[in-house]
Amino acid sequence: MDFKKSDVEKMKDNSIDVAFINGGIRLSEHEEMVRLLRRKSKVVVAFGSCAHLGGIPGLANLYSTSELITYAFREAPTVVNPDGVTPTASYKAPEGELELPRILKYVKPLDDVIDVDYYIPGCAPTPNIIKKALDDILSGNLPPKGTVFGSSRALCDECELNKTKPEKILLKDLKRVHQVKLDLSKCYLAQGVLCLGPVTRGGCGALCIKGGMPCTGCFGPLDNVKDFGARALSFIASIIDYDDEKLAERIIEEYLPDPAGWFYRYSLPRSLVKGRYSGGGK
Amino acid sequence: MGEVRIGVYICHCGKNIGGVINPSRVAEFASKLPNVVVARDYMYMCSSPGQMLIEEDIKRHNLNRVIVAACSPRMHEPTFQGVLKKAGLNPWLLEMVNIREHVTWVHEDVPDKAEEKAKELVYAAVMRAQHLYEITIHRLPVVKSALVIGGGIAGIRAALDLANAGIKVYLVEKKQSIGGKMAQLDKTFPTLDCSKCILTPLMVDVARHPNITIYAYSEVVDVSGSAGDFKVKVRLKPTYVDWSKCTGCGYCTERCPARAPREFDEGLGTRKAIYFDFPQAVPRRPVIDPKYCLWFTKGICRACEKLCPVGAIDFNQKDRYIELNVGAIIVATGYELYDMTKLREYGYGKYKNVITGLQLERLSDADGPTKGKIVRLSDGKEPETVAIVLCAGSRDEKHVRYCCRFGCAAAIKHIYYVKHSVPEAKVFVLYTDIRAFGKGYEEFYQRLRGMDDVYFIRGRPAEIFEAKDGSLIFDVFDSNTGQLLSIKADLVVLESAVVPPKDWESLRRMLKISCDPGGFALELHPKLRPFETTADGIFLAGAIQGPKDIPDTVAHAAAAAAAAIGFLSKGEVESTPYLAVVNEDLCSGCGLCASVCPFDAIEIKEEGGRRIAKVNVIRCKGCGACAATCPSGAMQQNYFTDTQIVSEVSALAGGAK
Repeated sequence: MDFKKSDVEKMKDNSIDVAFINGGIRLSEHEEMVRLLRRKSKVVVAFGSCAHLGGIPGLANLYSTSELITYAFREAPTVVNPDGVTPTASYKAPEGELELPRILKYVKPLDDVIDVDYYIPGCAPTPNIIKKALDDILSGNLPPKGTVFGSSRALCDECELNKTKPEKILLKDLKRVHQVKLDLSKCYLAQGVLCLGPVTRGGCGALCIKGGMPCTGCFGPLDNVKDFGARALSFIASIIDYDDEKLAERIIEEYLPDPAGWFYRYSLPRSLVKGRYSGGGK
Repeated sequence: MGEVRIGVYICHCGKNIGGVINPSRVAEFASKLPNVVVARDYMYMCSSPGQMLIEEDIKRHNLNRVIVAACSPRMHEPTFQGVLKKAGLNPWLLEMVNIREHVTWVHEDVPDKAEEKAKELVYAAVMRAQHLYEITIHRLPVVKSALVIGGGIAGIRAALDLANAGIKVYLVEKKQSIGGKMAQLDKTFPTLDCSKCILTPLMVDVARHPNITIYAYSEVVDVSGSAGDFKVKVRLKPTYVDWSKCTGCGYCTERCPARAPREFDEGLGTRKAIYFDFPQAVPRRPVIDPKYCLWFTKGICRACEKLCPVGAIDFNQKDRYIELNVGAIIVATGYELYDMTKLREYGYGKYKNVITGLQLERLSDADGPTKGKIVRLSDGKEPETVAIVLCAGSRDEKHVRYCCRFGCAAAIKHIYYVKHSVPEAKVFVLYTDIRAFGKGYEEFYQRLRGMDDVYFIRGRPAEIFEAKDGSLIFDVFDSNTGQLLSIKADLVVLESAVVPPKDWESLRRMLKISCDPGGFALELHPKLRPFETTADGIFLAGAIQGPKDIPDTVAHAAAAAAAAIGFLSKGEVESTPYLAVVNEDLCSGCGLCASVCPFDAIEIKEEGGRRIAKVNVIRCKGCGACAATCPSGAMQQNYFTDTQIVSEVSALAGGAK
C-alpha cells in the first residue's frame, strides 16, 4: 500500500497497529519518514537485514560521501556523464530553489533513528519467519520487546550437515566456493569453505546450505554477540591452522580478498566501528 | 544475588602508593560510584588490621562485592580472597585493582595523572564488579593408584617411590623385561661401577613389591578420563607363553633352534626365537618372536612346547587388553639413539667397524656378543687404534640441535673400556667441547685424558673411508692446533645423538601433552616445574623430558614420583575457578570450541536430538580459547564473561564518571 506522506500525517498518533519498515537509513528523507511512522504506529518491526543491521548498502560506510558520489556518477564503468554532473542537495532552477534529500554520512540501521519493537532478520526474510512474526502479532502473543524473530541459536543447530562435522575442525586449506566441488552431504566449513553458520542466527532452515552455498550471515548475530563481524573473524582466526605466518597471509589474501565484505556483508552499520572513521565524528 | 553492595578499599602500601597519589581522595571518589556502600583507604590493607577492616565491613554493611585497589593480584589476591571466605562470601566476589605496579610505580613523575588513572581503574572495577557472581569449585575424588609408562631406570625409581608411599602402581613396559637402556650398559660413569650390579637389585625390588604390578611386553593404547581418574587401556602383546604357568626355568630358550639378531646387543649378537632380553630379566618369563619362530614361519619344530615342563607354551595366544583406572600417570619412556645411518659421511651401517657407543657397551659387557672383549667387528681382531667421535648428530643443524648431555662422559668412560681391554691401544677422541659438568665428571675426565696414548682432537671427522683391511681412514681438522690430521683407526665409535622414542608421538597425543622442538615432552616450567606437564596428574620422569644421564634421571624420576604422591594424597582434584561454562540453551553444537581447546576438555554430545558442547570440569584449565572462539556467545568463562569484560572496557573507554 502506498500512502502519501500527507495522508499518514493526518492519521492520529498510535493509530497504525503495526508498521513493517524495510531498508536502512541512507537519506535525510528516510529519517523523516521513519520518525513519522514511529509516531503513528503502536508496533514497529524492522523488516529485513537493511532495517535490522544496515544491510549490504551499509558497506558504503567504508567510503566517504564524496568518494561514493564521484564513483557512482563519474567513475563507474557503465556511467556516461561527459559534463561530470553530480547531485547536490539543493539546486537553483529558474523556477526557484529545488531540494533533494540529503545523503547521510553513514548508513544506519533503523533502531539508530527510532525505537524498534521487533526485528525480522534476513536478506531476504524467509516466509516461515514472516509468518511466525505475523502469527505472534495477530494473536497478541507478543514476545519481549527487542526480540529478533528466528532461532535463539546459531544456524548449525538446525543444519543437517552439523552431524557430519569432525571432532576438530582446523582449516589448512581455505577455498572459495567456486574453487571447490562441494560435497553437499558434508559440513562446508570442514571442507575449507568459510560458512558463517556458526556465528549466524538460525531460523531460516539452512536454505542456502541446502542449495549448495555456505551461509553468508544475513540473519545477523545472536543475542549475546555485540559485533557479528568481530565474532566471525575471531572464530575463523581460531580455527585457521597454518604454522607459517607468511603462508597464512598469502592464503588469506588469496581466499579472503574482501574481509570487510565477507564478515560484515549485512551488518557493518550495526558493528562497533560502524564504518570507516574519517575524523570529526558523525 | 539481589542488590549489589560493593566495598572499595584503597591501600597506601606505605609510600609505594600513598607517596604518589592520595588514596583517601580515590576512596572519596569511589564512594560515589554505583552500588558502592563503603569506600576506605588504609596504610597496609594486607596487614591483619587491614584484613580485619574488610571482614568487619562485609558483616556490618552486608557487602557482597569487595574491590581492593592495591598491588598486583599475583601478590595478594589469595590473601583477600581468604578474607572474603572468612566473612562467608564466595572468594570470587573479589576484584583487585593494581594501582601499584600499573599506576604509582610507573607514573611517579606525574602524580596528578597517576591519581586520575587510579580513579579510572577503580571506576572500571566497580562497573565490572556489578557483574561478578559466585563461582563453584568442583571437586572430584582421586583414584589412589598410578600408572608408570616405561620400565627403565626412571620408571623403576618412580614406581618404587610411589609403591613405598603406599600407592598401587602399574608399570607398563614394551619390552620383555624392565631395565631399559641402563641394563644394556657395562659400567656407569664416573665411578665405573657395574651398571647391572646396581640396577638389578632395584628390578628385583620392583618385581617383589606388593604394590607394583608389572605389565611387560605391553603398551598403552588409549588414555581417557582426566586427572585423578584416568582410564587407561593397555595391550598385552601375545608372548605365546602362558606367564601364569611359566616358572622361568629357561629350558625352552636353551633348546630353541631358531636364531635371531639380539636387540639387547643392538643387533650385534644373536638370541633364540624364544628368549629373555637378558639373563637377569624381570619378569623372568620368555616371549616367542613369531618373526623367527620355526612354527610361525615354517610350521615345524614346536620344541619348546614339547620341552616345557609346565605346559606353558601357547601358540594360539592373541592380543589381550586390560583397562586400568589410575589417578596419576608418570611418563618414563626414555630415549632412543638417533639413526646413525643418517650421518652418511661416517659410514655407519656400511662399514662394519663403525659402531655406536651403545654397541661398544655391548662389546664390553660380559653378557655381550664377544663376552666382554673389544674387537673389530670385521675380523674379530683387537683394535690397535680406536677413534671416538663425539656429538655424532648432536649440536648439528642438519640433525639434532641440542646436546645429548651424556655423550662426553660416556666417551671418557669408553676410553677406559678400550684401555682396559687393550692397554696398548691408541685412542683418539674427536670432540666439539668436553662438557664434564656432573659431580666427579671433571676429575674423571682429567684422569682419563692424562692416560698414555689418549689423544683429544677438537674437530669432527670429514668423510670416513674404509680401507681393504676393514680399517677406517679419515681427515680431521684439529682446531686446537690448527692442523689437518689423517687418522687410520681400527674401530670408530659414534657417541650418538639422542631422540625421543619412535612410538612416543602417538602416546603423547593420547596423553594430550605438548612437546618441545626436539619432540621431547614439554615440562610445565623449565626451571621450577621440570617434572610436571600442562596436563594435571601427568608427570615426567627421565629422558622423555630431555636427554639426561643416570644421576639426573634418577633425581628427576624421584621428583616426579614425589609430585605424583603429593597430587594423589590430596585425595581430590579441584576444577579451576576460571572454568568455561556453556549456556546450553544458546549452544548450536557447532563444535568450534572443541576444535580450539588445547586440553581436549570439550566434547560435543548428542542430547535430545541436539548437539551440545560439554566441558570436562577437571580437564578445563580456564585458558579461555573456547570462549573467545564461540561464535554464538554461548560459551563464557567464569570471572571473564563478555558482560564483565565489556562493562570494564566500556567504563575505561568512557572515562571516569
